[in-house]
Amino acid sequence: MKRLLNSIVGLSALTASIAFAAPVLADEVDVSDWSSVVKAADGQTVYFNAWGGAPNINAYISWVGDEVKAKYGVTLNHVKLDDTASAVNRVITEKAAGRDEGGSIDLIWINGENFAALKRKNLLVDDNWSEKLPNYAFADVAGKPTLTYDFTVPVDGQESPWGMAQLTFYYDSAWLETPPTSLDALAEWVEANPGRFTYASPPNFIGTTFLKQVLYGVVEDKEILRNPVVEENFDAVTAPLWDYLDRLKPNLWRKGEIYAADTTQLKNLLADGEIGIAMTFNPGEASSAIMAEELSDTVRSFVLDYGSMGNSHFVTIPYNANAKAGAMVVADFLLSAEAQARKADEQVWGDPSVLDVNLLPAQGKALFDSLKRGPATLAADQFGATLLEPDASWAMKLEEEWAKRYVRAN
Amino acid sequence: MTKTEVAPKSLCLNDIRIFRDGELLLELNVEVRPGEITTIMGPSGSGKSTVLSLISGFLPSNFSFEGQVMLDGVDIYQLPPSKRQIGLMFQDPLLFPHLNVEDNLMFGLTAEGSKAERCELVAKALEAVNMAELGARDPMTLSGGQQSRIALVRVLLSNPKALLLDEPFSSLDSGLRNKVRNFVYQQARAKQLPTLLVTHDQDDAALIDGKIIKL
Amino acid sequence: MGQALRTRQLMKTQKFGRGDIFAIAPAVMIFVLTVPLLAGLIGVLLPAFGYFPSLGGDHFTLQYFHDVLHVPGFWHSAKLSLWTGVATTFVSLAIVISFFASFWGSRPFQRIVRFISPLMSVPHAAAAFGLAFLIAPSGWIVRLVSPWATGFHHPPDWLIVNDPTGKALLFGLVLKEVPFLFLMGISASSQINVEGRLKVAMSLGYGRVWAWITSVFPALYKQIRLPVFAVIAFSSSVVDVALILGPNHPAMLPVQLLRWMNDPMLEMRFIAAAGAIYQLGITVLALATWWVGELVVCYVGRRMMISGERHQNDQIFRNAALIMMGGVVLVSLLGLITLLIWSFAGFWRFPDVLPTSLSTMRWMRVSPDMLWPALNSINIAVVSTGLSIALSIFCLENEYRRDLTVTSAAIRILYLPLIVPQIAFLFGLSVLLVRFGLDGSFWPVALTHMIFVLPYMFLSLSAAFRQFDVRYLKAAASLGATPNEVLFKVRLPMLLKPVLFAAALGVAISIAQYLPTLLVGAGRVPTITTDAIALAAGGDRRLIGIYATVQTLLSFIGFLAAVLLPKLLFPNKKYFG
Repeated sequence: MKRLLNSIVGLSALTASIAFAAPVLADEVDVSDWSSVVKAADGQTVYFNAWGGAPNINAYISWVGDEVKAKYGVTLNHVKLDDTASAVNRVITEKAAGRDEGGSIDLIWINGENFAALKRKNLLVDDNWSEKLPNYAFADVAGKPTLTYDFTVPVDGQESPWGMAQLTFYYDSAWLETPPTSLDALAEWVEANPGRFTYASPPNFIGTTFLKQVLYGVVEDKEILRNPVVEENFDAVTAPLWDYLDRLKPNLWRKGEIYAADTTQLKNLLADGEIGIAMTFNPGEASSAIMAEELSDTVRSFVLDYGSMGNSHFVTIPYNANAKAGAMVVADFLLSAEAQARKADEQVWGDPSVLDVNLLPAQGKALFDSLKRGPATLAADQFGATLLEPDASWAMKLEEEWAKRYVRAN
Repeated sequence: MTKTEVAPKSLCLNDIRIFRDGELLLELNVEVRPGEITTIMGPSGSGKSTVLSLISGFLPSNFSFEGQVMLDGVDIYQLPPSKRQIGLMFQDPLLFPHLNVEDNLMFGLTAEGSKAERCELVAKALEAVNMAELGARDPMTLSGGQQSRIALVRVLLSNPKALLLDEPFSSLDSGLRNKVRNFVYQQARAKQLPTLLVTHDQDDAALIDGKIIKL
Repeated sequence: MGQALRTRQLMKTQKFGRGDIFAIAPAVMIFVLTVPLLAGLIGVLLPAFGYFPSLGGDHFTLQYFHDVLHVPGFWHSAKLSLWTGVATTFVSLAIVISFFASFWGSRPFQRIVRFISPLMSVPHAAAAFGLAFLIAPSGWIVRLVSPWATGFHHPPDWLIVNDPTGKALLFGLVLKEVPFLFLMGISASSQINVEGRLKVAMSLGYGRVWAWITSVFPALYKQIRLPVFAVIAFSSSVVDVALILGPNHPAMLPVQLLRWMNDPMLEMRFIAAAGAIYQLGITVLALATWWVGELVVCYVGRRMMISGERHQNDQIFRNAALIMMGGVVLVSLLGLITLLIWSFAGFWRFPDVLPTSLSTMRWMRVSPDMLWPALNSINIAVVSTGLSIALSIFCLENEYRRDLTVTSAAIRILYLPLIVPQIAFLFGLSVLLVRFGLDGSFWPVALTHMIFVLPYMFLSLSAAFRQFDVRYLKAAASLGATPNEVLFKVRLPMLLKPVLFAAALGVAISIAQYLPTLLVGAGRVPTITTDAIALAAGGDRRLIGIYATVQTLLSFIGFLAAVLLPKLLFPNKKYFG
């Protein structure tokens, strides 16, 4: 009897410890001495909190896990999030509970208002760590201003670049010959094809981005958006946005009673033929989906004529992370030519690279040269102007106002 | 009232009064000598099975009693049921279905001696009742009569100092009943065990020349 | 008399020795069932009233209760939760009772019984996903009839799944609650003499259905009343099925609560706590509504019973009952099949009935990703079920040794964790655990699962223990076996089948749990279930199909083991079949 109990306890303890073994390190990491960082990282377990709604991204992160395990002895655990805000929330709560060390999150996939929230509250590792990563030398800082200014907040080396995003629309050319490339044309198309268009509901990031995209197209003075929201003007400035959305609403998918949840659902709705036009932040997504047999090979992309929202996304390390060295090693690996090229490969993910190919040694360059652009991916010159992200305060106000107007009232 | 002159190995129920829910159910005063088979008879509800429960140590909690139960000169209420060395036989053979016949028989043996010695004992016991070939069988595949006899052998192998029989033949049909009944009585006498039999069947009692107590 | 008392006391201890460890088992069980519940409720009551020092709340206020009421869509969500709780239970119970009344003991009955047990092993998330894939406008049913019957070349713009009136949610919940109430009904019926009662009523000339309803139902209902309450509580506060099938704008109240609990704005935690208290109130209201309903049914039923009407023309009713019950089984199975097909599907355009190609590519690609969550699911299930079974066996053995019976008060304590909404007290519990740094790891999650597995383990095993012929134990004891030897060498081996079946049930329940893992695990303990539901929003059918299939398989393996293990451990023994 006793033996049985002992073996049960022992077995459970063993299996449990496999599940969450993490040696607690209480030291500070000196990024400039990279070899010490690599040494400290060996054997660490990094909890990477990243949006888990896209299976191809999850598979890519899995690959990253295998690589950092083999190269650096780091165990990467992907904690799949519904919304990055929950990771932000967790760090804030841990700070409030006094947990300044051994926090449960080591690395967060982040940008925009979430980054702004954490930076403002001093909840991130500072010390300009990301700029000191070895592979940061190859980042295209000159050509991509969004790498140093996240929405309107200076990055200050507190987050490491990971990928580029550009709002892209895509459609099935088998049913739709010429897509509408202006806001007016889009509205007319929606009216002529009721039930065949929708967008993700804010606060999902693609939904909020759609709002910002339309706002850019209808607002009188674009410069206003680069500054924080002024309460008194908000209604006046955003009035044309709400007018536009009101115009769309009666002819939306499901009559606007419900909205899509995220980019993945938009893609699947297009695949099922429920909607005719979908949108994504990843210009390579449509081609990627075609190769994965999720979309028909007649799918193509387009952007709106006045420009499309663009930004970068990053990874950051909370101030109380348990495995800081491991997290930095992972961040550096994510910046490597190998990882960036594989990420940009449309057979895997299709997310554009943050590196300047010309700065890479020959080996790295070759990886990028061999990448092919899929049929549904627009060439660089077809993208038109990049609309920079507005100040982070706009996102919150827009989300609030949208909920007030379009979520069923009491 | 103590009886100090009784022969060793007797089962004595001294001034037993059993109460159910506080009310007096029955009174009993009897000495069962070794090899004697005493019968307790009575209608259902009269408490005859209760007497056996009392002796074997399984009296339900709404019962209480006064008096003494002595076995071989020892007040057995000092002992837990597993140490009283009292053999029980029920209406059904109750062979453990997850063990084969051999293992059922070995269940009652103490841990003395090596495994080989115990197997030897079991094999001999089976031979003595002409059922040597049934050792490896699943008890559920044996006939009713065979199971009853194996059950008795199991009890005897545990070296009891007394035998309590609770209507052990009533589930058998008449031809078999005679055979098994005679077998049980013969073994009880041969091993000189004081035996208490509870039954409602007149025939069970008629075949023995022991005391009959009517409740 | 004094001597008798003394003898009796002496007798009690002599039977089994003083203070063996089994004696503490009931205390441990009560602790597990009540302490986390109370702690959780306190953990949610305090912030609801504004008290949460580490977040800056240091005085009591009713402010947050006010704020919740003014959240857009709150009243609608609240009403919907209340409605769902009562309606699901009513519909499920009606289907089960009509079927029992119409077909008790007959061949269709036996056939359905054989299907119901495995259906219990399907986790509710998988069942809900399957339903969604069936009834969506781009789902299988519409594909089957398009375009030839409907003329659709694109999926129609119908709001079926995630509809604001919650009908899809209702349907999904009924699919799971019918098998649950069915099994509860069967096990309860072993305690009342169904055949005898039926014979009497039918010999008085009553039609078969009416005979059953008048002579069996009242007694049966008494036995299943607590499970019925558990169904009401569950459906009025369910989160995972609501995430998959329920309305989104506004979401059901429990879903909304979950979002508030994870909101980056700290103030929202107070609002979430206040909302959780409202949720408790809604569940209580649902139970109260049901109780009033019981009174009404009692009154009306009694009048109808005395009226003397024989109601012999029940053929239409019986046909309807068969169709409903058969429909539940059929839809559940079809849902599972659809999930399986999607998991292997290549490109599958609407309105094709079958995909243009099948491939295992996605399974290969996803498997490494599923390994960690699957291991977590299994480990948590094994630990929580193992501990629950051990505790239940110790309690039941203790009951036997001390000649006690389980009182009805004890049964009500058993049901407490099933009647208090998970979203309410688990939130409070996780808040407390965060304070002590105990959240986000394996053991707190496994032990929390135990709270929900334990009641079912105990109920299942107590039926088996109660029906066990104790004379075997007396025979063993008289042969010289100590009480512990009797337990481990005789009783437990003979009860292997019921114990394994109970274990399978426990494993299925643990695998299906969502909120305990999510809230107590804080995202650091992903299981197949949490990952599967995280996929719900994206609607990637192939991936959902894979996860839901794996989730169902894990659950099902438990039942498979329960059937095969006895034959392996005790080969050639008739007793184990």
